[in-house]
Amino acid sequence: MTAFDWTGLLALGFAAGMTGGLVGVGGGVLFVPALVVFADQSQLGAEATSLVGIVLVSVAGTWRQRGYGNVRLKDGLLIGALSPVGVLVGVGLANAVPERALELSFAGVQLFFAWRLAKRAGLR
Amino acid sequence: MWSPPSRKPPAGPAAHRGRGLRLVIIATGAGAFSGLFGVGGGTIIVPLLVLWLGYEQREATGTSLAAIILIGSLAAALQAVYGNVDLWKGVLIGIPAIAGVITGAAVQQRISERAVAAVFVVLLLASAAVLIF
Repeated sequence: MTAFDWTGLLALGFAAGMTGGLVGVGGGVLFVPALVVFADQSQLGAEATSLVGIVLVSVAGTWRQRGYGNVRLKDGLLIGALSPVGVLVGVGLANAVPERALELSFAGVQLFFAWRLAKRAGLR
Repeated sequence: MWSPPSRKPPAGPAAHRGRGLRLVIIATGAGAFSGLFGVGGGTIIVPLLVLWLGYEQREATGTSLAAIILIGSLAAALQAVYGNVDLWKGVLIGIPAIAGVITGAAVQQRISERAVAAVFVVLLLASAAVLIF
């Protein structure tokens, strides 16, 4: 890896963590492209490797947010513990529905959430 | 003078009916989308906690991260079994991310709920755009 690659991984890693701390996501949305571009990984390999970063972000983030009084631990752990049910549903869907349709549906769900959250927060 | 105890339901998330079922649905949605796209657990959990269970934006953030510990660990373990995880590269990108998340969480305590929501809305729009194009 070149100095450019190192800088890219450091910068995007930091940005991914920052995003996680600010809004409560794992940071995969930045880890995956960073690993593809700067660490010479395939899309699939990057998705798998990004999970290491996601776990580190979620542990450190939960620790800090708990200190700030922002974690309802029971609810969070319940959601986490039940999510494998969803993974099975996801695998079933992946086999039954074309990938493009799934992508567009997920995008639609995210746009809907963006609209509702913006409305709720009084943004325009 | 004595007055009967208030029957008013408690404020906040506990006030929502059927919240157990809602948590199950949130968990299923988060699992399904992260299973399908590799990312996406948080973008489902945070909005549903806010819109459906009356969480404040910051509480949704912290609680979502706690859920992601389990979702991410399980997925990482499965991927590792298949030999898909490059641990060294994961740690390499994860260490600056730890610094990032500590910074991000600290910044979040100093900005308004509205600003936190705005950042999240931008992230949702960007993520949707990536999926569409």
